[in-house]
Amino acid sequence: MAKKYSWPERGTASLIGKPHDRIDGMAKATGVAKYTYDVAPERMLLARVLGCPHAHCKIKSIDLSGAEKVPGVVKAMAMKVEGNEVRWEGDPIAAVAGESEAAVAEGLKAIKVEYEALDIFVKDEDLAAAEAAKRTGKPAKNTQLEKEAPDDADEEKFADEEIARLLKESDVVVEGHYGIDVITHMCLEPHGATCQWDGDKLNAYLSTQNVSGTAGQFATPLGLTAGDVTVICDFIGGGFGSKFQVDNFNVTAAKIAKEVGRPVKLMLDRDIELKTAGCRPSGYINVKIGADKNGVVKVWDSEHWGTFGATLGGVDQGVIPYVFNPKNRRRRAIPIITNASPSRAWRAPNHPQGSAMTQVAYDDIAGKLGLDSYDVFLRNLPTVSNEKQEIYKAEMEIAAKLMDWKAKWHAHGKGPAKGSVVSGLGMAIHTWGGGGQPSNTNITIHPDGAVEATLGSQDLGTGTRTVIALVTAETFGLPLSAVKVNIGSSKYPPSAASGGSVTIASVSESTRRAAQDALRQVNDLVAKKLGVEADTLVAKDGKISVEGDAKKSLSWKDACSLLGMMPLEVKGEFKRRDDQGLSSSQVGGVQMAEVEVDKDTGVVRMRKFVMVQDMGLVINPKTAKSQMYGAAIMGISYALFEQRIMDPTTGVFLNAEIADYKLPRLGDIGEIVVEIYEPDSEYNRGVVGLGEPPVISPGATISNAVCNALGVRVPVLPLTPKRVLDALAKARKV
Amino acid sequence: MADQRPFSGGGSNVSRRAFLKGSGAAAAATALATGSGVAEAADEKSKLVGPGATPIKLNVNGRERVLPVEPRTTLLEALRYKLNLTGAKPVSVDDSSGASMVIINGKPASANTVFAIACVGKKIQTVESLGGDKPDAVPVAFLHNDAMQCGFCTPGFVVAVRAFLDKNPKATEKQIREGLNSNLCRCGTYANVIMAAVEVVKGGKRG
Repeated sequence: MAKKYSWPERGTASLIGKPHDRIDGMAKATGVAKYTYDVAPERMLLARVLGCPHAHCKIKSIDLSGAEKVPGVVKAMAMKVEGNEVRWEGDPIAAVAGESEAAVAEGLKAIKVEYEALDIFVKDEDLAAAEAAKRTGKPAKNTQLEKEAPDDADEEKFADEEIARLLKESDVVVEGHYGIDVITHMCLEPHGATCQWDGDKLNAYLSTQNVSGTAGQFATPLGLTAGDVTVICDFIGGGFGSKFQVDNFNVTAAKIAKEVGRPVKLMLDRDIELKTAGCRPSGYINVKIGADKNGVVKVWDSEHWGTFGATLGGVDQGVIPYVFNPKNRRRRAIPIITNASPSRAWRAPNHPQGSAMTQVAYDDIAGKLGLDSYDVFLRNLPTVSNEKQEIYKAEMEIAAKLMDWKAKWHAHGKGPAKGSVVSGLGMAIHTWGGGGQPSNTNITIHPDGAVEATLGSQDLGTGTRTVIALVTAETFGLPLSAVKVNIGSSKYPPSAASGGSVTIASVSESTRRAAQDALRQVNDLVAKKLGVEADTLVAKDGKISVEGDAKKSLSWKDACSLLGMMPLEVKGEFKRRDDQGLSSSQVGGVQMAEVEVDKDTGVVRMRKFVMVQDMGLVINPKTAKSQMYGAAIMGISYALFEQRIMDPTTGVFLNAEIADYKLPRLGDIGEIVVEIYEPDSEYNRGVVGLGEPPVISPGATISNAVCNALGVRVPVLPLTPKRVLDALAKARKV
Repeated sequence: MADQRPFSGGGSNVSRRAFLKGSGAAAAATALATGSGVAEAADEKSKLVGPGATPIKLNVNGRERVLPVEPRTTLLEALRYKLNLTGAKPVSVDDSSGASMVIINGKPASANTVFAIACVGKKIQTVESLGGDKPDAVPVAFLHNDAMQCGFCTPGFVVAVRAFLDKNPKATEKQIREGLNSNLCRCGTYANVIMAAVEVVKGGKRG
């Protein structure tokens, strides 16, 4: 019994699996693509927000009268009222709309706000200080032990004794402190919307990862229903997890537009963007880890803390230790509340922190035993939490070849020095889900042969548009250029938000289903015309023909003319129910880094970065590889360069501008090698998401390479020159 | 008390009063003709006008365009909101992102750090001029090498690569890695940008 929905047998596809240029690539490369920031309806006003200058305060009064006197300012609107508490610097207080950027800037300056100062805490790395300031939440605890406690035993006491015993019996114990600072999303297109009313209906050009899920979020605060709102997003200038929601400043833009009867574009200034529109939670850990003489970890005991900012939370214990699950483990997690903007999902929430806080400890075991890190990771694979031991093993072998690991390896701190420069190797592994979420696609076939795929998805730059076109064109045996893809409107059939790396599975499922169902209907008409059985027909090379008998065929155009006057529209639906084998979930991934470190300056330079990644069946390897390159570079960024720097006294985000918030540049990345791992076993699983997994491991990978170079662990990411020099100085004192 | 930072969009932070006091920017404003005339040349000595909008003539992508601007209007704001040329993007308050890069008299410049009136009499080339029916080799190479993801930094990068290769047509990969650090990308397209630039040097064809 043939499956109702399937992918082409491996090696038989015309388009899928081959590298294709993205269909919107030229529009992007020549400035024609219109982003939310670019949309400019007639008579549009520009608007900006005033961010609160204090990290924690009460609003005593807001006076907007000065702003509206400024020539060119059309409207000022308060976003807070007297008595409101503000809990982070940059939280929007008011908005000003006007005829020009400069008029708006003057208007913002003319707003008078009185504040009452409140206590400030931003030192998320300092657990003792957080406890003293009463900024910690209830700790979460989780203990798994091989040995069960006797029925009458005090469980805590038993765990204490058992862990102490296991550590004592270990051949090697590492006691470490590690961490990873808060970073921001830094979308190059800031958060914002361009709002235009059509009577009582709102068109909201929103920079969003969630086209199908945001209309209602606009509607409720505006007293509308979701059907009155159309959210449009043709192109989005970066999201990385920070653009799922409708924010209060988006709603304010709509309110001002309604009040003044003109379209309003309100985009955040860069500094406000960094201060209020999303960041990644921090994580800091104290850990004791015990292993046998081969480096196999037997016991893990840790306490970690960190902050979600002004909302209470912290890195989930489920990722501690990361991927590896030794049989005995105890984890304690303490959330800290700070006066900083609430975090938002940042590409693979929890995982980069889990990796950076724990796979460094595994590497320190290798360092302490004088073993090859590769062997320690390999020997611990039997304890992976996701049944991907064999995948990791295969990927490690490929990565090692690409890195020339065996030839380059030296024990930690034992490599040759060129003057003050030493080099080193490091590795780490990661895991992610990436299964599909509900999605719907309408496939329309016109009697003239035109084909459209329509769904409320969005292309974050991952190549979603191109994938939808590829799946559709492949199904009908047409060239890529024959398919028109319509995405980016909430009026289209609902499709998943682009988070959790679910997009590829979601849109591929609903699109392939719709296309295969539509093809069956066309085939029925063709079969009747040709006097053959419909199940003997195949669509390939622009024709529908009897398999193995090319003479019995109709061109695609002639086949579509059989539809008569009306286009055929077929809806494909994916509901995460009976998996038909078009998509799956769960991937592995292995990364290796080679760095050089100058011991005199503390500067770390990337020499080479290698990643091997499985992702099931790959639709477009060209855009898939781009995401992998991108993840490596973003990983290099948070491993070496970027951090949010807060003034501990005032809680001010000190480096909230592009010039000060250090990101790598083109000359900072070294050589990057990406390899897709797609054996038959993975191809046959169908598509699985890729967006997040490759960005998880770089922190631990690069930290381990730096440690291997220096023989000293630089404990907290990013590994800035100062931190490298501090770690070296501390090691000399010991 | 944190100071209120200026725009990180296409705006300027020059208040009208400071502007009229004769800042560096004001020097450029002397180019403006009085009355309803159109400012033609940057070196014309004439009475200061403003702070309101005055029509000026700009040469953009080989076309003379007349548009009303205030003295404090940046070139970026003028391009984006008066001429609907939105390829150059507002990303930073200064020139540290390269996203608003255009070519003025043959040299790359950030459109958000130059006033529109300072560009009177100069030749401005935007990324849009590299597209169309016969696109330039640089955007074609960006397409072939997938040197873009979200694409927000891409137009600026295309302009930067075009300007760099105009000056260094035989650039080596090492020179490309050293010479294109003016532009910022968050998605991580640098590896692909390098490949694209190398392809153009090797004789990437016009599309």
